[in-house]
Amino acid sequence: MKLIKILLLSIIGIMSANLSAHAVIEIDITRGNVQPLPIAIMNLAGSADEITSSGSVMDIGAQISRVITADLERSGLFSAIDPRAFINSANATAAPQFANWRAVGAQALVTGTAVLEEDGRVRVEFRLWDVLGTTQMTGLRYFTAPRNWRRIAHLISDAIYKRLTGEDGYFDTRIVYISESGPYLERIKRLAIMDQDGFNHKFLTDGSYMILNPRFSPTSQEITYLSFYNDTPRVYLFNIDTGKSEMLGEFDGMTFAPRFSPDGKKVIMSKAERGNSDIFVMELATRRIEQLTNHSAIDTSPSFSPFGRYVAFNSDRGGTQQLYVMDSNGENVNRISFGNGRYATPVWSPRGDLIAFTKQTGGKFYIGVMRPDGSGERILTESYFEEGPTWSPNGRVLMYYRKYPYDNRGGGGETQLWSIDLTGYNERQVITPLDGSDPAWSPLMD
Amino acid sequence: MLKNKFYAKFLIMIGAALILSACANTGDEAMDSAPAPEVSAPPQRQAPTVERVTIDPLSQEALDMVMGGMEGSLVYFAFDRYDVDSSARGVLQAQANWMKTNNVNVIIEGHCDERGTREYNIALGDRRANAVKNYLVAMGVAASRVRTVSYGKERPVNMSDHDKNRRGYTRVN
Repeated sequence: MKLIKILLLSIIGIMSANLSAHAVIEIDITRGNVQPLPIAIMNLAGSADEITSSGSVMDIGAQISRVITADLERSGLFSAIDPRAFINSANATAAPQFANWRAVGAQALVTGTAVLEEDGRVRVEFRLWDVLGTTQMTGLRYFTAPRNWRRIAHLISDAIYKRLTGEDGYFDTRIVYISESGPYLERIKRLAIMDQDGFNHKFLTDGSYMILNPRFSPTSQEITYLSFYNDTPRVYLFNIDTGKSEMLGEFDGMTFAPRFSPDGKKVIMSKAERGNSDIFVMELATRRIEQLTNHSAIDTSPSFSPFGRYVAFNSDRGGTQQLYVMDSNGENVNRISFGNGRYATPVWSPRGDLIAFTKQTGGKFYIGVMRPDGSGERILTESYFEEGPTWSPNGRVLMYYRKYPYDNRGGGGETQLWSIDLTGYNERQVITPLDGSDPAWSPLMD
Repeated sequence: MLKNKFYAKFLIMIGAALILSACANTGDEAMDSAPAPEVSAPPQRQAPTVERVTIDPLSQEALDMVMGGMEGSLVYFAFDRYDVDSSARGVLQAQANWMKTNNVNVIIEGHCDERGTREYNIALGDRRANAVKNYLVAMGVAASRVRTVSYGKERPVNMSDHDKNRRGYTRVN
């Protein structure tokens, strides 16, 4: 993997062994509305005289701190204290003067350094301090090519998030989505990829043919999606590193709605023949295909449970679109959605405890979650049109797309990416260069 | 220039009138010697190029005209439905008759309105395209001449009227 090669990342390990077993501060993210934790994030200290291809290590240190600040604030779980309020700029290598940090209301403090190594790499260290408990909570050291500083920032954000919430972060991740542009009669829909914070944006196709519903492999740098290449809608596999794509299987009928199995070895999808859509699963190594449903209704949008034992899917076999769960061999089909309206796009949480969905009722669209047995339905957000939730790899955040109504002057109809916390708070637009739809979250990179 | 020409003609005509009146007094003799009045020849008429307006009988335009209007290639569906209703049957019967006398292959596009989810609408569009195909085949069109493709909700043609987007479109291949 190319990223790994340029990363040359090595984590030296936790620098402080005397971690207190009972952290004084922690964020309980299982509760509803979390009071954000006040955190002070110092610029990682570096010399203005150590110049790299990406600027001085002083600049790199400051930029890393800004990215960490943005990551943590965007999660809704942290509020970063304005650096202008800082009383002292502590010596990054010594223990902080905690009284000064308590005085500005910080409960946690991040300090660190950026140093240019002789081999041209940058060494970045950070320490997370418990201001009230006056202890170091964690500390890590990374080595990387200077231009790769952004990933270091996301890795540090993940380490801080994990230490303070007890759960894995989701900052060192990417989003693949459909970039949309042009008027509604000539809408261009092409594949694009970016970091979860919108940086390092890149178009992966040129827009000469339509692409929809991309999904990340949980185990490799691959994406599967529906492509209308040659006016023939089929499921494709795309390698992000090589840029190569291939059609998955040769079928008479259309294939669509693909999604990887949790082990990345299979792609589950719909296949339509003579007007009937059923669910099939393909083993990628052998291209062997197995039919899971055989029903005259529409069966689509399949999604595996995290250990691959079950498949949630969308079917209108009961009259309207509803959610169903079956064993991964196609047996024991059970309807799980029973509320008012139509339900669609079930997506199993990486934690396994919830299924996210799109709901359509009363002229509006909703994103919600329910337990795999259909109980505990909870609506998180609503609008004129929204659909297609995707989970952050830690199962804490959902991203989806929204489409606005057309206005009566020939405009409107924009599509945008949005994200919301599982608690239903902290809804935010995810900024893209053009319009965006069909987001798919990558796993944590490694 | 034109004005001068006009005046010139005018003066000639007055002159001619005077001479004529003079001739009347002096007799026929003078008439023969009078200058002939200048008469500008009518501009030569250019024959326009006339081409017969025809519709290629195997074209999309011809199919559009099948119903005597511009919508001979379109049928519409009710919300979340794919059954061919009575108004669609008339259109498809005409399409089938046209296909039986014109050797063309067609692609049936299935479309949905935008008030639905993407993947389900891909499946629904496929249902609609196949419902149209099945009807044409039942009317005697060879199945091998009819291909189907679903665009789901991705190709709307009307921003305000969702009914116009739930359609089957017969495209001459």
